[in-house]
Amino acid sequence: MAETHTMDIKRIRADFPVLDVEVKPGVKLVYLDSGATSQKPVQVIERMNQYYRAENANIHRGVHKLAEQATEDYEGARGKVAKFINAAKAKEIVFTRNATEAVNLVAFTWGRANLQAGDVVVLTEMEHHANLVPWQMLAAERGIRLEFIPVTEEGVLDMSALPGLMELKPKLVSFTAMSNVLGTITPIAEIVKAAHAAGALAMVDGAQSVPHLPTDVRALDIDFLVFSSHKMLGPTGLGVLYGKEALLEAMPPFMGGGDMIKRVKLREFSTAGVPHKFEAGTPAIAEVIGLGAAVDYLNEIGMEAIAAHDRELTAYALERLEEVPGVWIFGPGIEHKSSNASFTLKGAHPHDVAEILNRHGVATRAGHHCAMPVHEKFSVPATTRASFYLYNTKEEIDTLVEALYQVKEIFK
Amino acid sequence: MDDLYRELIIDRYQNPRFSGTLDPHTHSYEDDNPVCGDHIRIDLRVDDKDIVTEAKFTGEGCSISQASADLLMEKITGMPVAEVRALAKQDILDLLGIELGPVRLKCALLSLKVLKGGVYGLDEVMSLDELAES
Ligand SMILES: Cc1ncc(COP(=O)(O)O)c(C=O)c1O
Repeated sequence: MAETHTMDIKRIRADFPVLDVEVKPGVKLVYLDSGATSQKPVQVIERMNQYYRAENANIHRGVHKLAEQATEDYEGARGKVAKFINAAKAKEIVFTRNATEAVNLVAFTWGRANLQAGDVVVLTEMEHHANLVPWQMLAAERGIRLEFIPVTEEGVLDMSALPGLMELKPKLVSFTAMSNVLGTITPIAEIVKAAHAAGALAMVDGAQSVPHLPTDVRALDIDFLVFSSHKMLGPTGLGVLYGKEALLEAMPPFMGGGDMIKRVKLREFSTAGVPHKFEAGTPAIAEVIGLGAAVDYLNEIGMEAIAAHDRELTAYALERLEEVPGVWIFGPGIEHKSSNASFTLKGAHPHDVAEILNRHGVATRAGHHCAMPVHEKFSVPATTRASFYLYNTKEEIDTLVEALYQVKEIFK
Repeated sequence: MDDLYRELIIDRYQNPRFSGTLDPHTHSYEDDNPVCGDHIRIDLRVDDKDIVTEAKFTGEGCSISQASADLLMEKITGMPVAEVRALAKQDILDLLGIELGPVRLKCALLSLKVLKGGVYGLDEVMSLDELAES
C-alpha cells in the first residue's frame, strides 16, 4: 500500500454529523471513545438509508430487480472487505454479528472439530474478554488447556516466553493485534511464524487494529482474523471473520437454517459452500452494504495516512497527559502503541474522572474495558480510556487535559 | 459548585468515618457492581435485641459508591434490624442529597444491596436493577 494522501481533518470532520452535537448548550462533543465504537460518516449513513429507501429486498432468494441488486451489493461489499485486508478471495470473508461472534464461531466449529482434552490453545494476558471467554468455555466443556503469553511491566508481550509456549505444541495461538486497554501493537508476523513452526494455527483479534492500521492477511499469513464493523466507521450488528479458504471449507457449520444449506430433506441436510455455510438466516444486509461504504471511505483517506494520524495524536496525548501531576498512563510508549491512552488519576476514581470529563463534553470510557485480567495484572480495578481516530484533533486532546485539571480541582 | 460532587460526597469519599472491618462480627457480606467492578464489603455487629451496634465497610469504587456506603453505615448504627430491612432507594438518595442518573444510581445503591444481603441472607437479595426500580 502506498497511499500518500495527507489528511484534511476539517473536511473529514464535516463528514461526521455527530461531531456537531452539543452535549449541553454551548459545550461541543469531544468524542474520545472510538475504541468502544467509532462515529459514522454521512457516506455510510446515507448509503444505508438509500438501501432502505430504494433498494430494500432480501438476498440470495429472489429473481426480482431489487433482490438481484441487493444480492449484488451485499456480495460486492464482501469483495470490498476482502480487498481491504488483502484476502485472496471474497469467499474467505464470513459476516457475523460482531467480532465476538466471529471468535465464538471459530471456537464452536473449528474448536470442537479439532480440539481434544489436553490440547493447548495459547492466548495472551492482554486479551479482550471476546478472545478469552469462548476459549474458557471450550476448556470447561472439552478440557483443553489454556496458556498465556505474559505481559511485561511495560505493557508489551513478553516474547521471550514464546519459544517455551511453542514447545507445548499448541493447536492454536489466538492473540490481539492491538490491545484495547494498553494500545499495544503486538508483533503479529513473529507470533504467526512461531505458531506455524510449532504446527499451530494463528488467529488474530483485529477489532482494534483493523480500523487503525493497514492489514494484510496474506503477507502476515494469518489463518483467522476477526474484527467489528462498528469500530471502523461502519454500523453495529456486523462483524467479520476472515479464514483461509481451505480451513473454512473443512469446518463444520455454525448455526443451522436457511441460506447455509445446499439441500434439505426431512431428516438430513447438506451444507452450502463457504462463506454461506456460516451465514444462516437473513443477514444484516443494510449493515453489510454500510460497511462496504465505510471501507470505501477508509480507502479514500488511506489507511497509511490514518495510521500516521492516529499515532501522532496518541504521541501528543501521551506527552500532554504525562504533564498532569498524578496521572499514571498504562501501556508502553509510542514506539509500541497507537490509538488510545488509558490512565488513572491519583485520588479520583475513573468513573468520577469520566463523569467530570463528560461535563466538559469529553466522552471517554471508564471501567475495565472488557479486559479484566490485564487490569488485574496492573493492580487497578479500572482505568479511564481516551481513544482516538481519524476525526480527532490535538485541540480535543488539549480540552481533555484542561478538563482533567478540573477533576483535580474537585478532588484536591 | 457541582451538585454531584458536593462537599459532603467528596469529604466522605476522601475521609470515610466508617471504613474498616469488624472482627468478630455477626454479619458480613460483600458484592460487586458487575458493570463497573465497584466492590463493597459490610461487617455488622447486631446485639441480642436485634439492634445494629456497629457497622463498617471496606470497598473499592467511585466517590458516589464509597460516600453512600459511609453515610449508610452512619445511619444504621443504633438502628433496629427491622428498620434496616425497610431501608429503600429513597433513603440513600436522601442521605446523599442529590439526584442521580440511572448509571450513578447503581453506584449509590451498591452499599444498600450489600447491606440487605447481609441482613436478609443470600436468597432474598435484590439485584441492583430491582433496587433501582424500587
Ligand atoms: C480488542 C477487542 N477485541 C474484541 C472486541 C469485541 O468487539 P465486539 O464487541 O464488537 O464484538 C473489542 C471491542 O471492544 C476489542 O476492543
